[in-house]
Amino acid sequence: MTDMKTPLAKVHGFGSAKEGTHHWWLQRVTAIANIPLVIFMVISFVGNVGKSHAEWVAWLKQPMASVLVILFVANFVYHMRLGLQVLVEDYVHDHGTKVASMLVITFACVLIAALSIFSVLRIAFGG
Amino acid sequence: MAEFSLPKNSRIGKGKTVKAEGASNTRDFHVYRWNPDDGENPRMDTFEVDMDNCGPMVLDALIKIKNEMDSTVTFRRSCREGVCGSCAMNINGKNGLACTTAIEDAKGAVSITPLPHQEVVKDLVPDLSNFYAQYASIKPWMQTQSTTPEKERLQSREDREKLDGLYECILCACCSTSCPSYWWNGDKYLGPAVLLQAYRWLIDSRDEATGDRLDDLEDPFRLYRCHTIMNCANACPKGLNPAKAIAEIKKMMVERKG
Repeated sequence: MTDMKTPLAKVHGFGSAKEGTHHWWLQRVTAIANIPLVIFMVISFVGNVGKSHAEWVAWLKQPMASVLVILFVANFVYHMRLGLQVLVEDYVHDHGTKVASMLVITFACVLIAALSIFSVLRIAFGG
Repeated sequence: MAEFSLPKNSRIGKGKTVKAEGASNTRDFHVYRWNPDDGENPRMDTFEVDMDNCGPMVLDALIKIKNEMDSTVTFRRSCREGVCGSCAMNINGKNGLACTTAIEDAKGAVSITPLPHQEVVKDLVPDLSNFYAQYASIKPWMQTQSTTPEKERLQSREDREKLDGLYECILCACCSTSCPSYWWNGDKYLGPAVLLQAYRWLIDSRDEATGDRLDDLEDPFRLYRCHTIMNCANACPKGLNPAKAIAEIKKMMVERKG
């Protein structure tokens, strides 16, 4: 034994974090939103298979298509960020490594979302 | 990081074999052995048990082994009828009570190890200090503010029925120690058994501390490490469903947000 804390003191720790429900709820909400968005993406992409670059661009320029693709990216990446947090909390126990992993994951998710959304907007508004 | 392999001093070696002299109908029992005093690694001893002179349950075989073959085999047991929860152990890869697990349900040899991912005190005895402290942390008693009534605290028949499937829990720890989430984060995650107990008090119509209880559970680790793996429901020797109780707690958490 390296410390002489009682088991109860260890279990109490710093007390409850008073959060967790919001994260859990958002994971469910984004999962439900993903159902129609993923169906839309799959149907659209399968439907466009074999089409030329110009036809793809024309498809993406439609307001409904660009908006839904942007919503898909935002929702999907947010859902991914929430899920990866669970993964880190489950398996990474060293506090420093945990914070570093979460920073990398968050920055990567924001970058993926920003790049994707910017690309869609450029096509949508581009000449 | 989570541990996926045993540390060097926990690797299990091959132990001794004790034969059943003159018996014709025998069954092999592989029993996990570890003694904190001899500095040796754990080992699996094999005991050939004379089934013609042995009771039907795994606990009967363990008691026979201890009485007749090796008195140093160490395990907990008390009621021998599935009420006390003392003889919880891992039998052929599944957590259960040795006293209610029939030997004939196992095919071939019976392999017995302590409850998984707990520190071992000796042989089949796990250290459950953390588990019991977690149970104490949820304040498993009725909390009230109203003046104590002169007679009993009344509860409607319907409200009493809400405790069915919860009050039967004997805190044997079979469910918690079968849960991967509890293996990786057992220091902070309360685990299925303790959360089922927490729900037992949350849903009790006579208790007046529901909000405080929910406050204490509102935590990414204490409650939300449950990923509905359902090993708990599979392991419970009393046929209870801790995963459902945990889901009900999560529903209460969402409901109180409006």
